[in-house]
Amino acid sequence: MRPARAAPGSIQRSWAHALRQELFGSPADSLISVLLISTIIAAAFSLVRWALGQAQWAVIQANTTLFAVGRYPVQQQWRLWLLLVLVAALSGLSWGLLRAYPRADRSGQLWPFNDRLAVGLLGFLAAWLPAALALGFPLQWRWCGITALLVAMRWLAGHWGRSWPPGLVKLIPVIWPLLYLFGMVLIAGGLGLPRVSPSEWGGLLLTLLMASFAILLSFPIGVVVALGRRSQLPLLRWSSVLYIEFIRGAPLITLLFLGQNILGYMLPGGWAPDRVWRAAWVLTFFCGAYLAEAVRAGLSAVPPGQLEAARSLGLTMPQALQRVVLPQALRIALPAAVGQFISLLQDTTLLSLIGLLDLLGTARTVMANPEFLGKNAEVYLTLAVLFWCCCAALGLGSRALERRLDPTHSPA
Amino acid sequence: MRPSPRWLVALPLLLAFALGGCADDGGSGGGVQSVKLSTIRGRDKLVCGVDGKLPGFSFLGPDGTYSGLDADTCRAVAAAVLGDPAKVEYRDLNSSERFAALASGEVDMLARNTTLTLSRDSAGGNGISFGPTTFYDGQGVMVPVASGVQSLKDLDGKPICVESGTTTELNLADRMREQSIDYTPLKFQTGDQTYAAYLGGRCVAVTSDRSQLAAKRSSFPKPDEHTLLPVVMSKEPLTPASINGDPAWADALRWTVYALFQAEELGITQANVAAKVAEAEANTNQADLRRFLGVEGDFGKQLGLPADFVPKTIAAVGNYGEMFERNVGTGSPLKLERAENRLWTEGGLIYSPPFR
Repeated sequence: MRPARAAPGSIQRSWAHALRQELFGSPADSLISVLLISTIIAAAFSLVRWALGQAQWAVIQANTTLFAVGRYPVQQQWRLWLLLVLVAALSGLSWGLLRAYPRADRSGQLWPFNDRLAVGLLGFLAAWLPAALALGFPLQWRWCGITALLVAMRWLAGHWGRSWPPGLVKLIPVIWPLLYLFGMVLIAGGLGLPRVSPSEWGGLLLTLLMASFAILLSFPIGVVVALGRRSQLPLLRWSSVLYIEFIRGAPLITLLFLGQNILGYMLPGGWAPDRVWRAAWVLTFFCGAYLAEAVRAGLSAVPPGQLEAARSLGLTMPQALQRVVLPQALRIALPAAVGQFISLLQDTTLLSLIGLLDLLGTARTVMANPEFLGKNAEVYLTLAVLFWCCCAALGLGSRALERRLDPTHSPA
Repeated sequence: MRPSPRWLVALPLLLAFALGGCADDGGSGGGVQSVKLSTIRGRDKLVCGVDGKLPGFSFLGPDGTYSGLDADTCRAVAAAVLGDPAKVEYRDLNSSERFAALASGEVDMLARNTTLTLSRDSAGGNGISFGPTTFYDGQGVMVPVASGVQSLKDLDGKPICVESGTTTELNLADRMREQSIDYTPLKFQTGDQTYAAYLGGRCVAVTSDRSQLAAKRSSFPKPDEHTLLPVVMSKEPLTPASINGDPAWADALRWTVYALFQAEELGITQANVAAKVAEAEANTNQADLRRFLGVEGDFGKQLGLPADFVPKTIAAVGNYGEMFERNVGTGSPLKLERAENRLWTEGGLIYSPPFR
């Protein structure tokens, strides 16, 4: 939008003025605007009319559990609730602390507009979602409780985070990976908890688990392979090139089939990892190869003088890489890497083709239930909204991170 | 799991051969040698390959349990081998990986609406071992009731909707040419497009496998206004299968399915199986019933199964007729007639050899 030219102070009038300038500047502009706006309104209207009038949402309401966690045993689902509580608490805490410790060059505000919007959205979801899904009262209560916990933690950390001992605050980035490991134990079993076989994971749980596993592990792989590809040692360089080109030369679905079918022949029965883990590793190495190229682009963008200067200051090679080159390279590679992560999240739908019950697989088996035959539109629309939410969250998070890392960005 | 050099790949392969060689002397179940049976018992779980996305045959219910005719077959075998129908681990398999999954031992058996054909059965083909057919499917034709079409002849000169690039399309052409009926095929890329065109009135009839037509019909706004013509244009015997090379396991699978057929013939149902067992135990003159229900004789032992595998199976899933009615029959949303899936005593093809 062009900067408004109206007098400052009357924000509303300037806003309306700018809109008129943008949309109805000339007769041709007006015609295009009217056509586009009426098309959008007509499409939105018929979509809303279908969603509220004709669509039968019972297929979603009846299968909520299936879409959320798949065939996870009912008696063990408390473990997932516990994990959700922990994640909500830690998210609120981190969110609040990020606000309590703004970067030195930014003016920190405790409740800026974005935060209020986010809290409002969370509150709306807590109130509306359980009702729309026709969840039972205990589930509604849990849902609201978890949202309240998140907001409360954010408020606590936002207000008093600055007076907490710095050791505690520094602990937060360490707690996240620990929580991830603990979450894996909660989900899969171990430490005295009964084992839940990966074949019983499904729905959103499996999709998020696969995506997060691949994203977290592909990152170190990507960095190492990118460094390897630029290395002076021929063996390291060539094996990195081989790995990247092999993975990039084959479509993901081919690699997934390879992982599912060939391993069974190669390893004696019972030795091959579970098919869910096989798929997870294939996704990880697939993503790692693409990430390596993104990181390599970042490395190439850092002027060679940076490394030379660091070395001449007496830093060892690992020190120079770790403290000078990689921070700059990764910041440059971040947008491309996040793009890769988002497409990885969407690629998890391919798991349904190898018979895993990820979100799409669950959707397809639900649509095969004779009770819900022909309800494809409702199911696919729900899936699209779910995926959009996940991808939008990833995108927003990465933009926030970019801004925080950007040394030249003016204070917001 | 980095792409490893070839010699690295060969290492586990060698190990597999070495271990595979000594696995043979591991298994013995009731005097019967079967690697698979002892593997299943050791694991205390039957791994059963299903489609998972086929109405009436296998799909997930809202409570996370599998239902359908194929899923019930898995359950029956688990009840026979392990005594508990719940001890099944289902694997959703697509049609391209099903035989590979069976051959590599990923699954113990397939109950995945697989058509029995020569090339799949033969050792030179896919080399798998088929059990008894649990559903005789075939290509059918669906028309609106209001059209008044009664047979293929009535379709002369009319447009028929068909999915392109399928055997369905070829079968339709063959049958129509045989009867020299002139028709206009309207071909579509996907099933959804095909049925949308049919419902939109662009063609008088639509053709596909009968079970699929019935499933689609139940999703129509007004299912009662459509009917399946009594013609079958191809043979699709949908049959559970196991791997070649383990005859004892194939026999156990085969006779578990036969027991479902035989139970219907003898009038033994899920509800009365306990009473029938009590009756057989009390009455020594009921020799056939006593042998069938494992009260007398050693049929179970001969198969490497528990003596009471038949009553366990029937108690778990009912007899074949009950399975059919529950999943695809007139009581279910699919509303399929028994047709050729009736017992042989009623003119159908469901026939169990004698339990002797």
